[in-house]
Amino acid sequence: MKESFQNRMIKRYRSYKPMFEPGGRLSAFRSVYEGMESFLTVPATTSKSGVHIHDSVDTKRVMSIVVLALLPALLFGIYNVGYQRFLSIGCDCPPFWESFAYGCFAVVPKIIVAYVVGLGIEFASAQIRGHEIQEGFLVSGILIPMICPVETPLWMIAVATAFSVVFVKEVFGGTGMNIFNVALSTRAFLFFAYPSKMSGDGVFVGSESYSWFGIGAGTPVDSFTGATPLGQLATSSGSAQLTDCLGNGLTLWDSFLGLIPGSIGETSTLFILIGGLFLLITGVASWRIMLSVFVGGFAMAGLAYLLPSATYPASMVSPLQHLCLGGFAFAAVFMATDPVTAAHTTLGKYIYGFFVGVLAMLIRIYNTGYPEGAMLAVLLMNAFAPLIDYCVVESNIRRRMRRQKQS
Amino acid sequence: MSNLIRIKRGFDVGVDFSPEPAEFSSQKLSQQYAVCPSDFPGFTPKLAKREGESVKAGEPLLYDKNDADVCLVSPVSGVVAKIVRGERRRIVRVEVAADENSTAMTFATTGLDADGVTTLLKRTGLWSRMRQRPYDIIPESGKAPRDIFVTAFDSAPMSAKSLVIDEKDFLKGIEVLRGLTAGKVYIGCRPDNEITTPHSETYLFEGPHPAGNVGVQIEKISPVNKGETVWAMGADTVCKIGHLFNNNTLDFGCCVAVGGSCVAQARFVKATEGESLRNLLDGNLQGEVEAMRIVSGNLLTGVKETIDGYLHFPYRTVSVIPEINEEIEFLGWARLGKNKYSFGHTFATWLGSKASHRFDARINGGERAIIMAGEYDKVQPMDIYSEFLIKAILARDIEKMEQLGIYEVAPEDFALCEFIDTSKLELQRIVREGLDYLRKELN
Repeated sequence: MKESFQNRMIKRYRSYKPMFEPGGRLSAFRSVYEGMESFLTVPATTSKSGVHIHDSVDTKRVMSIVVLALLPALLFGIYNVGYQRFLSIGCDCPPFWESFAYGCFAVVPKIIVAYVVGLGIEFASAQIRGHEIQEGFLVSGILIPMICPVETPLWMIAVATAFSVVFVKEVFGGTGMNIFNVALSTRAFLFFAYPSKMSGDGVFVGSESYSWFGIGAGTPVDSFTGATPLGQLATSSGSAQLTDCLGNGLTLWDSFLGLIPGSIGETSTLFILIGGLFLLITGVASWRIMLSVFVGGFAMAGLAYLLPSATYPASMVSPLQHLCLGGFAFAAVFMATDPVTAAHTTLGKYIYGFFVGVLAMLIRIYNTGYPEGAMLAVLLMNAFAPLIDYCVVESNIRRRMRRQKQS
Repeated sequence: MSNLIRIKRGFDVGVDFSPEPAEFSSQKLSQQYAVCPSDFPGFTPKLAKREGESVKAGEPLLYDKNDADVCLVSPVSGVVAKIVRGERRRIVRVEVAADENSTAMTFATTGLDADGVTTLLKRTGLWSRMRQRPYDIIPESGKAPRDIFVTAFDSAPMSAKSLVIDEKDFLKGIEVLRGLTAGKVYIGCRPDNEITTPHSETYLFEGPHPAGNVGVQIEKISPVNKGETVWAMGADTVCKIGHLFNNNTLDFGCCVAVGGSCVAQARFVKATEGESLRNLLDGNLQGEVEAMRIVSGNLLTGVKETIDGYLHFPYRTVSVIPEINEEIEFLGWARLGKNKYSFGHTFATWLGSKASHRFDARINGGERAIIMAGEYDKVQPMDIYSEFLIKAILARDIEKMEQLGIYEVAPEDFALCEFIDTSKLELQRIVREGLDYLRKELN
């Protein structure tokens, strides 16, 4: 039987191995070689101690499942970027493929920049430490562009990504050791370092016209406003009347479907939930966290809705609407469920998720300085997750100690 | 009226094992036998016989440096053929070549008090088949057990339904054990195979592996606290003790499940403890022996051996699987995975049947830090935070280890966690090293 092309290729690839071994000419690139090998094929390493058979799942598989789950929201986000652009130049019924193409021009370079910068640092640090390359950034690299406004300059993404990967992840020891969610730290860095580029009416709708391709050319019309619903709430005085970009009223369905301005991947609750469903079916994300974030958010928004106040217009928005707005759903499905930075114990996950939801709404509704609270809520709870776990584990320890005293 | 305990968190790994015929088949007697001291943690071997000396069945080959009464005995009569040593002259095994005249030792078993029984068990090698918690080692002399736990079934892949070889011997064995503890003797059984004796209390365990692990049963019945000592063993060991007291001789027969995808005919074999695998597997393997992973024991906790190796304690299973199924698997991690076995749902296999899978010995990934938090809890039925305990062990934090329940666990209790681990950590090795470290530091 003739060997397949792939098999010959991999055999050829493996024949280069000695060059990358310590002492070989290219030993400085050993982790890159190994990373590529385990990417191309299942490593032929067999167990040395302990169990003789292993589950087929590995971190690569888990991370690729998460990337797959992100795709619906990403593709919709790309389309929405174009859609908003066409609305802004006075096109009432934006053409589908042109919108999508515009979105690709705006979003794909951001994804490339995030991956190149982040993976570059990962490869380098893996080589320095003599580790295998860790897959964590496969997910972070796609998350980062999805939570940025479309107008974020590429250099900012590069700087913020480099900051997060080095100071939030690598200095702690790499994937699995970090305390804070890497993608959200990137967003927080951008938010505090370049606030003018991260909020306001001008950043969530593309202003670039890729005119050399003839896509999205035109000047914004006067009636258009690029304010996100939460931006409107933060600046409104006493009214909770939300509108879309052309001034029409915003229904619950509009905010659920997500053809509204916002960060690239976060607007469509529908498509985020499709990804979330995939994560739950595959068992990669914890349903406990996801559920309790929504419960917490609903409870807090519901409480605010029962006690509306004109000082805080966001308190007059219905709780369901709140769950669909801003980055809440995205944070609940993809950010809070990050297994490394969330609580690790079963009971802890409920507590952690619930407070993520509550805090996100609390910040959003009662702190008009921050139009959106999901990012800060998750990061804050990242800091508290070890404490929650400590308390849960401590109760297990106390149970054991009590048992010991009785006997 | 028995006590029923349902084990929910656990997992029966889908290893195909349908022995045919269902009864035991016998085979020709082996010429070569071996005793491997590393099967008995806590036992520091010293040679009792030199190469070339003759031994009877039941006569000591090795004794424990710390307690000369504790012995490992020869399963057959013959001549000490070879003493195999490893690094730093550590004794790996003592090989015995069987002779024609099978002479066996006889022992006086009547009129013994508890101390006499203890000494007899030590001398006959039966002592070393018991395990003590904490530390999962052979029982330390002079420490009376709070209780004694017996598991009557093995829930690991490829195992016999019941570990009770002979009911009369089992009853006698329980009676003997009852005299060694001021506490109780507990028996863990499957509901469809309930055994009760006048000297013990029976608990029934429903649910998947690790329900048959004695550590899980102890934790559910009456957990070990700091400062306490309990003994644990399989019902097969109890039968051996009973046999000794009923017949004044030792029984070295055992029933071994032979299976795995490289085995031509999965079956139960009547064998002798410590016999050579070549004899046990003779004519029953398909394919190249060099490309096989031969495991003496089950696939989760067994010992890696070669065809020239021997049957290891607990003498219950021999599993043979391919070392590597498919040399090159292009983008294996990205495949839909119709043929990938997984506990979770990330591969399409999940939608099909899990009945049988052709496992190989690959790790299927690279070692990482613990990323999928809470993963171990899905298959750990004990009230123990496995992930935190593992981290405490890695940090060599004795106080935390104690608080998190290290005295209750044995390496085998983490075998399933190790199987499903996305980060591919060697958990059983970590736990064993942690237990040894703790024992060294505290004694």
